[in-house]
Amino acid sequence: MKFSHAVKTAIAGLASHKSRSVLTILGIVIGVAAVILVVSLGKGAQNLILGQIQGLGSKTIAVLPGREPKGPSDIAQTFSDSLKEKDLEALRRKDNVPTLEKIMPVVFGGASASYGDETYRLTILGVSGLVGEIFDLRPQTGVFLTEDDVKNRAAAVVIGAKVKDELFGESAALGERIKIKGRNFRVVGVLPKKGQVSFFNFDEMALVPYTTAQQYIFGIKYFHRFIIQPSSEEEIGRTVQDVKITLRNSHGISSPDKDDFFVETQADLAARLGTITSVLTLFLAAIAAISLLVGGVGIMNIMLVSVTERTREIGLRKAVGATNRDILNQFLLEAIILTLIGGIVGVFAGAILSFLSSLALSNFAGLNWSFTFPLSAAFAGLLVSSLVGLVFGLYPAHQASLKSPIEALRYE
Amino acid sequence: MMPLLQAKNLGKVYEEKGIKTQALAGVSFEVNSGDFVAIMGPSGSGKSTLLHILGFLDSESSGEYRLDGKTVRDYGGDELARIRNKKMGFVFQAFNLLPRLSVLENVKLPLFYSAVPEEEWEGRVLRAIEAVGLSERKNHEAAKLSGGEKQRAAIARALVNDPQIIFADEPTGNLDSKSGGQVMEIIQRLNEEEGRTVILITHETYTAQHARRVIELWDGKIVSDNWDFKKQP
Repeated sequence: MKFSHAVKTAIAGLASHKSRSVLTILGIVIGVAAVILVVSLGKGAQNLILGQIQGLGSKTIAVLPGREPKGPSDIAQTFSDSLKEKDLEALRRKDNVPTLEKIMPVVFGGASASYGDETYRLTILGVSGLVGEIFDLRPQTGVFLTEDDVKNRAAAVVIGAKVKDELFGESAALGERIKIKGRNFRVVGVLPKKGQVSFFNFDEMALVPYTTAQQYIFGIKYFHRFIIQPSSEEEIGRTVQDVKITLRNSHGISSPDKDDFFVETQADLAARLGTITSVLTLFLAAIAAISLLVGGVGIMNIMLVSVTERTREIGLRKAVGATNRDILNQFLLEAIILTLIGGIVGVFAGAILSFLSSLALSNFAGLNWSFTFPLSAAFAGLLVSSLVGLVFGLYPAHQASLKSPIEALRYE
Repeated sequence: MMPLLQAKNLGKVYEEKGIKTQALAGVSFEVNSGDFVAIMGPSGSGKSTLLHILGFLDSESSGEYRLDGKTVRDYGGDELARIRNKKMGFVFQAFNLLPRLSVLENVKLPLFYSAVPEEEWEGRVLRAIEAVGLSERKNHEAAKLSGGEKQRAAIARALVNDPQIIFADEPTGNLDSKSGGQVMEIIQRLNEEEGRTVILITHETYTAQHARRVIELWDGKIVSDNWDFKKQP
């Protein structure tokens, strides 16, 4: 039997049971659409996160205390006290890290701030005068912290837009005093509303000189981060090496295995988060794929019913000259056509759902969400759905092909 | 001349749940090309089993069946299907049309499995339908035909590949005497005018009277083999 005739025969067979065929297809449609939706949303989330990391500046290098995480699930030992004042001085020396252009120590932690009757729980970020350049921030009103503020442990604070709203409402904040840890801080600047940048939401932060934060707010003598920028992107690799050597010398560490700090570039961070989101997406897609499997079982079930129902037809076809292979092909084609149609409809349904979800996420959740249509997932969806038809159609089709023409013709 | 069909001591045993049933117990006969043979016998005599073996729909348990001098055991499964398609036409008691398809589509069915070039299909189908007098009903759904029309459509389907042998298994069994008569006339014409070999199964004497030779089966054995059985007008 010619292939084109076999396809026509299969389509005619399916068309004679329209509602049954449509319901069977629906199982595959849901499976494929779910996979497409999950992969598309996963990609969107990945783009969102990576976009925010890049917002921090591509040549930024962070030095963190503790051991470097070995994988996505390895939580870094952040709260260690290995980064000290002497390290800062060592790193600042030109002969240790010649390519270093800027270095800013950072301390941070939660605290309550109050003004009059208003109290607000915010994040304190202890920074130096370089904060504006490194994070690309300008106060909307007032001025930024200066190196003198750092030197003098000045009780000066620059507050984020949300902090200003919460504590002061409509009235002016500049020059007012807010209380943090029982100490008065003078508001010298207010930041513009900026939203989430990387992991920082400056809107909910209060920036103070790091020296002030260390001594008066947290009572510590170490740093939570060094933020370093080399003179150019090309120097990142060299700078990282020099920073590591300098810190090892400063800490008296002989082998890299014993490092009590680690250096992270934006590229590292992007790669690590990329891995996390990829794994999550894959995991969710695998769950979604289970519905595809269920759809396949549905196909097998319907095909078995169909084979039994059409026993006489099979016998007759054999009597007029159909070979076992002709019968096998006919039923296999029916199964594959069902799943292929399901796959195509599922890809479109998945694309539409992903598009609507991305619209909803960017409009209602206020995220900078971009719609991505995963072409690879669409191809995979089509391929897998056809394979499902092949695999789950094979057994019923084989059963059909083995029917003896006599038994089949006698079947009532 | 070499006989078309040769049955040598054919035996068939069915086994179901350990119980053996002997359907055929040593049947031997020969059929020449152009013969019209009726196989008669009460139900359970093995006549249907014999027809199925002769038509490659079933296989013998013992003995030997030769078609065109070649033993059937030498054919592969696909070759059997090809011969069924090309050389044999089947007419069943229950018609076995595909009910949702039109007469045209039903008659066309064997062509799908044949090597006949596609341009010839339409002509063949129309000629076969013409030959059984169903031209006016060719676009009707098979399910909507009367019993006699259904059987004539089935004969057209059997004819479409221009077979050498027609196997008819109780073709009038489900028909009233008038349509049964029409069907038998067509079958007789296929034999006398077109020279096709006909093997007919029946338990009705008046149906068997269309044949030139009648073989009677009883308990899986031939009990009589009468030539020139046909009643002279």
